[in-house]
Amino acid sequence: MSIFRQSFYCLMACLLTLSACAGDTTKVATNGPVPDPDNGGIKLPAGFGGQIVADKVGRVRHIFVNSNGDLYAKLEKLKDGKGIVRLRDKNGDGKFDETVGFGNFIGTGMAIKNGYLYASSNTEVFRYKLNEKNEVPDGAQPEKIITGLWDHHQHEAKPFTLDNDGNIYVTIGAPSNCCQVQDRVKGSPGQSPCPILDSAGGVWQFKVDKPNQSYAEGVRYATGLRNVMGLDWNTAVNSLYVTQHGRDQLFQFYPEMYSQKEGAENPSEEMFKVKLGSDCGWPYCYYDYTKKQKVLNPEYGGDRTKAGDCGSKEQSIVQFPGHLAPNDLLFYTGDMFPEKYKNGAFIAFHGSWNRAPEPQAGYFVVFVPFGKDGMPSGNWEVFADGFAGADINKATYRPCGLAQGTDGSLYISDDNQGRIWRITYKK
Amino acid sequence: MRFAPTAINMKIISAIIFPLLCLFICAFTLPQQSGLKASKDRGKIVYDTYCLACHMQDGGGAPRMNPPLIKTKFVLGDKKKLIGIVMNGLSGVEVEGEDYSNVMAPHNFLTDQQIADVLTYVRNSFGNKASAVTVAEVKAARPKK
Repeated sequence: MSIFRQSFYCLMACLLTLSACAGDTTKVATNGPVPDPDNGGIKLPAGFGGQIVADKVGRVRHIFVNSNGDLYAKLEKLKDGKGIVRLRDKNGDGKFDETVGFGNFIGTGMAIKNGYLYASSNTEVFRYKLNEKNEVPDGAQPEKIITGLWDHHQHEAKPFTLDNDGNIYVTIGAPSNCCQVQDRVKGSPGQSPCPILDSAGGVWQFKVDKPNQSYAEGVRYATGLRNVMGLDWNTAVNSLYVTQHGRDQLFQFYPEMYSQKEGAENPSEEMFKVKLGSDCGWPYCYYDYTKKQKVLNPEYGGDRTKAGDCGSKEQSIVQFPGHLAPNDLLFYTGDMFPEKYKNGAFIAFHGSWNRAPEPQAGYFVVFVPFGKDGMPSGNWEVFADGFAGADINKATYRPCGLAQGTDGSLYISDDNQGRIWRITYKK
Repeated sequence: MRFAPTAINMKIISAIIFPLLCLFICAFTLPQQSGLKASKDRGKIVYDTYCLACHMQDGGGAPRMNPPLIKTKFVLGDKKKLIGIVMNGLSGVEVEGEDYSNVMAPHNFLTDQQIADVLTYVRNSFGNKASAVTVAEVKAARPKK
């Protein structure tokens, strides 16, 4: 769209709003949500608009939109003593103007399914029953459905997703970089077998309606996953998809094998389609972004060529450059966006740290088109960008959560400043 | 008027006193300053090799992962504690009200000189200004064999 046309539409929108307000000053926003003139400071593909719908909400991790349009946000740090925030748009302008906090635990995971709101701390998953008004009642006490999961202060978040058969899939991140005898110590060998995999480094399946489940009641659904932050149940093919944060410090530990730049680009952040029993390879294998193949980690005798039995592991279906930190995954099922987005995947990248002194990267939302077979049908592309601001090494906003609105719009949350954007498309 | 300083007297005095004064000042301050600078320069090399990947070029760290080294009490405070962090590593630490979750490995493979240099560099960079860390201080903090 040309700048002239954009300005024209903007002017028309302003005039319409003005004329609507002129007759009756008590009425507001009768035209519904309108994107911000600058799309909320982010870059989007042509035809899409961005609107800042909430700001300074707190450390917003994952988000979910209820069927009545309320947005629930899970906070990583308590705000005013609360760990969950419900945002409501009372006047229909798209912006949330009512904030209600509840829940006294920090965490990341958030979802609503079949009349319950699910939220996770770093060791537990709780659920709240929604009342007849389709909301969590004041003072409601949650039911603890999962407890006692590992929290060793590294990859401790417990994101989750739910299927349509009464199961919940919870990430248990490995409190380790590459399962070395001494974590992150240069030269320390990899443990084989890696004992962490019994309790972490995978996705566990539990029942949604059984109280106090722990490892004994759960099923290790998929293993060999270092740290999964994004996971979603793709209803189009009834399967679980996950995005993994790959290992760190290849260049720092093995400068004889990787250049500084290769260390910044390796290993790939990967997206897997997993089934019961999938082993995705961590800590033994990684996907070499430069060589485009799954090979042995140097801690396990790898030399960037040896594949060991990495060929027999679950192979990823999309590979991204290293360290970008894919923090949320959402399969788009709405009707607002153009056809190519239907059943495709949006991924929120939190942004890197282990690329220094190369410039950091990530801090964007990516789209991957998917075919009817549940496999990628094209290359990934950056969908929303510009969150970091002027200095990529000092990112202002960091995409962390994604949610689909009732009308098919897309919400993006940031856990640095607590900002939430709503992305819409106008034909 | 016998004691009134003449122009000649003044010249003699300045010719003797000033160089002496200079020598005196230089003797005590120059080695210290150039010692600090040399230690900082060596420390930067150590920092770039072992610390920069996590704590970044500007000492700013990485939010919620690796703590910053800018004007924190860890960096500017008790030197013995600071030396201990380099030697023993650290994880799950709270710095200035923020939690940092990444694991710092023990760096006890660095020599006493390297640890003294890198901490002198850190304590005098990124806006920090604090006393140097000496080899003797590192040696004293190293566990006895």
